[in-house]
Formats: sequence, structure tokens, C-alpha cells
Amino acid sequence: MNFFLVSLLKIAIVFAVFMSTLAYLQWIERKVLGHIQSRTGPLRVGPHGLLQPTADVIKLLTKEDLLPPFVNRFFYLLAPFIAVSLSLIAISIIPFGPEINIFGVRTYMQISDLNVGILFVLAISSISVYGVALAGWSSNNKYSLLGSLRSSAQMISYELTLTLAIVSPLLLNNHLSFREISDSQAGFYLGFIPRWNIFQMPFPQIFAFLFFMIAGFAETNRVPFDLPEAENELVAGFHTEYSSMKFACFFMSEYANMVTITCVATLLFLGGWHPLLPGVIANLVGPVVFLLVAAVLFYHALQPARKRDRFTFPIFGLAFLVLAIIFAIPPFWPVLTPLFWFVSKVGILLFVYIWVRGTLPRFRYDQLMHFAWTFLFPCALVNLLATAFFVAVFGK
Amino acid sequence: MDTVLFIIFATVAVVCAFNLVLQKHPISSALSLIGVMGSLAVLYLLLGAEFIAMAQVIVYGGAVMVLFVFVIMLLNAGSEKSSSKSWFANVAGIPLLLAFVALLGFLIRSVLPPMRAVEFGSWVGGKAEQIGQMLFTEYLLPFEVVSVLILIAILGAVVLAQKEID
Repeated sequence: MNFFLVSLLKIAIVFAVFMSTLAYLQWIERKVLGHIQSRTGPLRVGPHGLLQPTADVIKLLTKEDLLPPFVNRFFYLLAPFIAVSLSLIAISIIPFGPEINIFGVRTYMQISDLNVGILFVLAISSISVYGVALAGWSSNNKYSLLGSLRSSAQMISYELTLTLAIVSPLLLNNHLSFREISDSQAGFYLGFIPRWNIFQMPFPQIFAFLFFMIAGFAETNRVPFDLPEAENELVAGFHTEYSSMKFACFFMSEYANMVTITCVATLLFLGGWHPLLPGVIANLVGPVVFLLVAAVLFYHALQPARKRDRFTFPIFGLAFLVLAIIFAIPPFWPVLTPLFWFVSKVGILLFVYIWVRGTLPRFRYDQLMHFAWTFLFPCALVNLLATAFFVAVFGK
Repeated sequence: MDTVLFIIFATVAVVCAFNLVLQKHPISSALSLIGVMGSLAVLYLLLGAEFIAMAQVIVYGGAVMVLFVFVIMLLNAGSEKSSSKSWFANVAGIPLLLAFVALLGFLIRSVLPPMRAVEFGSWVGGKAEQIGQMLFTEYLLPFEVVSVLILIAILGAVVLAQKEID
């Protein structure tokens, strides 16, 4: 009974946090892209556009739901459902922290721990192609069909590299469960170099990390590999014919895939929730970062660029001050410190995703395939062989 | 709980298998086949073979069927048109099928030795570790032979594609 109750609670918390992350990830993306391109990004709805996600959700929910004529009805309705449910399901096996003890209940910061967790993620990602493929095919539109064909080919090609990049850290860790992979990256070399897989002896996985990230960009259909929805060639790619909530499903699944793949990258290569710095300093990084943010906000409140900044900046500054105080209380450290490190690593990787979108142009389709098969795949293969060789010769 | 899940997913598998044959459009058939693969993966999970279940989804549900769907879309295959039915297939089809299934069941029962009933979750040999051990010790030769076979198939595909391009 207790198990079911705790699981339900965990599912509720993870779902709520995940959904609001998805909504605000889009706000962050628009803000960051705006500042990269010397714009301000969303600004009108709420202070600094902070209520923009709510407005977007209301807009998408209340828009007319069109069902175009001549579509294959069943598959047309099934495709967004497949896309969104598969991309939301993968978060259920991601651990956000170690075993914790809240009010005498010992539990893992994870919905469920599969001992084949990494294979589960691969299985989900290999099936999620169908959402895109069916959407394009059932829409009865040549742009949609071209987009979905491109997407299927791209996902199949990059999945190989993705899998090879995943296998090499597994050789170092000898586990398939995310929690155990993360736990075998705990500790430090020489007292200050973390034993994360990108630093792990005998063969640091820095190249595997790069291959994983590149393949991850292709798997999530993000710039520079967003050929399936290249708007100047294909209108909007596979979701051209979708409107209202059905379009929002595809949109949401893209962001959910992004979060999942950055979580997996963090757990496989960046040590999961294990901190960058040794000892008690790791606990203090969080409060210091929040204090700095609060200080910057207060400083800007003193010299407001606009009238309302005098009012909004101190409020956000106070919020960050409260966060800093909460993160600085030692009894909360066992829960909050791992969470802080995990979330900040995932956040940095997500920022890289957005940064790349603001920086790099789109590939041409033949370049994309050429890159995958003649460069990325052989490199990942060589990296795997080298890892296997070093693990066999020097042991763990 | 296990029995309920087994009944649900066994039913789904059988219904999908029938649907696979009855559907007129190739894409519908392909998706029914994915349903069969997925429910089989759940049955493997019920038996305690997590690794096999995931491999089933990745290899069959993912790789193989994506290729099928991809080819169907690329060729833009339309609905299947039934040819003028022969009276023999109409009359004798179902009785012959039933006879065949009965014969097959009888042969399996008489040839195979009697076995214990399956208990859900009692088997513990399905972990990745045990399967790896078995593959690289007891079944090393078949494993290597299969890998060579697959290599030959890949080379064959490359050679055929080369001719097409030139």
C-alpha cells in the first residue's frame, strides 16, 4: 500500500514539474534566441513575458480543431497520440537523485528503476519514429510525406551512432540501470577530478559524449538537423496539416524528447547527480549561485531600464534570496544538493541546444546523410573499439 | 495480476495477428504487426526476461518494422485489390486451416516431452548479464556464425545497391 501511495505521489510531482518545464522551456528558448539575435523575445504577457506559456496553452486549447478532408482519419488521429505519449513515458525511469529519507520514508528520487533502463530509453526512441512517420503519411499532403520520410531516414541513421555512443560508457560502468550507472561515477581522482564518464579512466568518454549530443540533435529534429520541418522547403514538414491541440502534441513531444535526451546524457556522461566539486563545497555552490543571481537582480533594480523593472526585479531577487537560504540549510542538503547538480547539468545541456539553434544554419539533406554514415558512424565505432581495448587491457 | 495482464496482452496479440491478415491496406497490416511484437514483448516481461523484451521492441518493433513502414510509404503502395475469388478457396479455406492447426497441435503435443506449467516471474535467467554469459560461453559458435551470416547479408545488400547506382 505504502509503495503505491509513494509511487503515486512521485508520479504526480514528476508530471507536474515536467509539464511546467516543457511550457517554460519554450519561453526560455524564445528569450535566449531573442537575445542571441538582438531582440527582446516575448515581453507583453506578464512581466518579461513570463505568462506567455499560459497564453499559448489557452490559445492552442481554444483554437478550432480542423480535420482536413481526404486524410486517413484513424492514423491521422493516432499519430499525435503516439508521439506525445511515447515522449512523456521515457521520463519515468530517469533518476533525479540518490535514495532519500523524507519523514521516515526511504525512497529513490525516481519513478521506477528498471534494470534495463537504458534499453528502455532506446526502445522508446526507436518506436517514436512511428508518430512522425504516420503523421506525414496519413495527412495526404506531399510536403508532410516528404518531411516524414526524411525524418524516418534521419532517425534510423542517427540511432546507430546514438546506440554506439551509449555502449562505450556502459563498458566502463558494467550496468544497464540508470541509478547504478550514475552511482559508479561517484568519487574523485586525486581528490578533485570527478569520476564522471567523460573523465573516467582508462578511456575518458569525451568523444562518445560529443557523438551522443550530435546524434541527439538529429533524434530530436532540432537545428542544425531539423530537415523534417525545414519551413522554407516543406512548409512545416510532417505536421503541416495539424492544428490546435494535435499540433501542440507534436510541439510538446519535441520538447519532451529534448529534456529526456539531456537527462540521459547527464546520467551517462556527466555523472548524474554527483557534484563537480568535492566535499562540503558541493553543497555550497547552489546557495552561492542563487545569491549571485539575487545580487544581480537587486543591482539592476537600482538602475531600472524601464519603469516596471523597479518593481519586478526586487521581487525575483527576493525569490532567489529565499531559494539561497533554503539551499543553505544543512538538513536539506541530502535532497537538495543532488537535485541542484542534476538540474543544473540538464539545464546547461538544454541551453546548449538553444544556443546551437541560434548559431548554426541548417544542413542540406545529402550533407546530413553523408555526415552520419561516412563520419559520425565510423568515428563512434572506432571510439567503441578503443574503449573495449582499454577496458580489456587495463581493467577497470 | 500477472494472469490478468497475460490474458489482456495475449488477446491483443491474437487480435492484432488476425487484423494483420484481414486488413486491406499494407500500412494497417504493418501497424498490426507492431502491435503483435509489442504484446509479445509484454509477455516476455511477464516471464521475467527483461532483456529479451527490450530487444524485441528495439529490433522488431523499432528497426525491422520502421524499415517495412518506410518502404511501404516510399513505394506509396495502395490498398490491396482482391482478385476474383476462386470457389475452392472460399469453400475449403477455413476447414483446411482448422485441420492444419489441429494436426500441428497434435504433432507438437506428441513429439515434445511433457513440460511443467509456466510460472510468471519465477525464471531469473533473463537478465542481460546471464544472456551475455551464455552467448559468449555455451553458444559462442552459433553466435559467431550468425554474425558472419549477417555480415554476408550486409555485403550482399551493398553489392546489389552498387549495381543499381552504376
